[in-house]
Amino acid sequence: MIEKKDIEQLLGDLARRYGYDFTGYSGASLQRRLDLFFAKSRYISFAEFTKRILTDPAYFRQLVEAITVNVTEMFRDAGFYKTLREQILPVLATYPFLRIWHAGCSTGEEVYSMAILLQEAGLLHKSILYATDLNQAVIEKARMGIFPVHTMQQNSENYIRCGCKGDFSTYYMANYNNARFDPKLAEKMIFSSHNLVSDSSFNEFQLILCRNVLIYFDAGLQERVLQLFDRSLESLGFLALGNKESLRFSGIASHYKQVANKEKIWRKNH
Amino acid sequence: MEKKPLIKRMRIIVIGGSSGSLDVLLVLLPLLNKKFSIPILLVLHRGQAADTGLVELLQSKSSLRIKEVDEKDRLAPGWLYLAPPDYHVLLETDGTLSLDASEKVHYSRPSIEVSFTSASAAYGDALVAILFSGANADGAQAMRVVKEHGGMNIVQDPKEAAVNFMPEQAILHAPVDYVLPAKDIATLLNRLSDGMG
Repeated sequence: MIEKKDIEQLLGDLARRYGYDFTGYSGASLQRRLDLFFAKSRYISFAEFTKRILTDPAYFRQLVEAITVNVTEMFRDAGFYKTLREQILPVLATYPFLRIWHAGCSTGEEVYSMAILLQEAGLLHKSILYATDLNQAVIEKARMGIFPVHTMQQNSENYIRCGCKGDFSTYYMANYNNARFDPKLAEKMIFSSHNLVSDSSFNEFQLILCRNVLIYFDAGLQERVLQLFDRSLESLGFLALGNKESLRFSGIASHYKQVANKEKIWRKNH
Repeated sequence: MEKKPLIKRMRIIVIGGSSGSLDVLLVLLPLLNKKFSIPILLVLHRGQAADTGLVELLQSKSSLRIKEVDEKDRLAPGWLYLAPPDYHVLLETDGTLSLDASEKVHYSRPSIEVSFTSASAAYGDALVAILFSGANADGAQAMRVVKEHGGMNIVQDPKEAAVNFMPEQAILHAPVDYVLPAKDIATLLNRLSDGMG
């Protein structure tokens, strides 16, 4: 296990050298991922390891990929997508244009899930989906719209569990090990790099999704990010968090109301 | 290098279990004292969703208050925290719990190894790690880490376990302090709770 003081030193160096500030990340998860990356690096000395990270930007990018979690599925959590489809989209349908932000989009599965929901609700043509992540490598993947074909069975089961009525297999072309999603879905997506720690608000949205990202942040950073979402959300807009995340301790909680079931979706007051 | 526990004040129990462990809990929980004071984190391998009644079932057998972990929950005496499906649970040095949706470990999320390891780092010799019945090796190796940090390892007697692979793996791979049937584990925990361990 890497010593705590060595981690603190490294995080300070990373912020100065690369402008990436991980000091607001939850300690235990960050420790675990650094331990795993360090063990795999085969460096004996942590000082040598640190030196390589600080002098080799490509190696630093590998570190960022390793310490950010990029495990995702399409239509993960049936109850959540069902609520989106049945309760949120009908409200959004009354707007002339829809701007949706997927903050921490990872490899893009959630963005494609949303595009499919919008398509089936007849709303995709008037929507723009902004998908951001701090990790450049996953954004490149997300932009391609190509996912491993072996995940399609799980994705398809998730899709059905959400109560969607279409035929999931019509949204992609399977080719050897890859499933390439219909480029029409991607026409309304804008992918870009954005760091929730340091970058500011860049638009106003009717719906912001940030699921299973805040769990990796400490309370102080969570609050800053929720304030950022609050500034980026129109009144009466929706904020969707992960199943185990909550607004309950946040300063913004008082002007939000949770939608009428236990899904983690809040609506901003007037 | 010397590993100092970062928190000394409060003991913590982390229980890991896989197939066959629910029955063990239904024996053990009713035997714990009414005023049992050590917070318990329970990491059970669970099937895909569907078992939403688990908190209620455990609650019906226990005088501890039982909840599924929400992120940033703070460990408190008299509570049993159940790892939610599809998240690892990590223990922070400030007494809170963190969730982590990263890759499965030993084909499992939640993984016992992840919780044992982070609990060791945060609690050192104040950690009591317990492994029950199971067909998976999750947690067995991590008991070595528990011991390196001065913690206590307890394993359900494989002769009693419905599936003996998991406890046997632990005995094989790690220094185990106690190998006991469920009701004796309850007695030991009660003694620890009363400050007699």
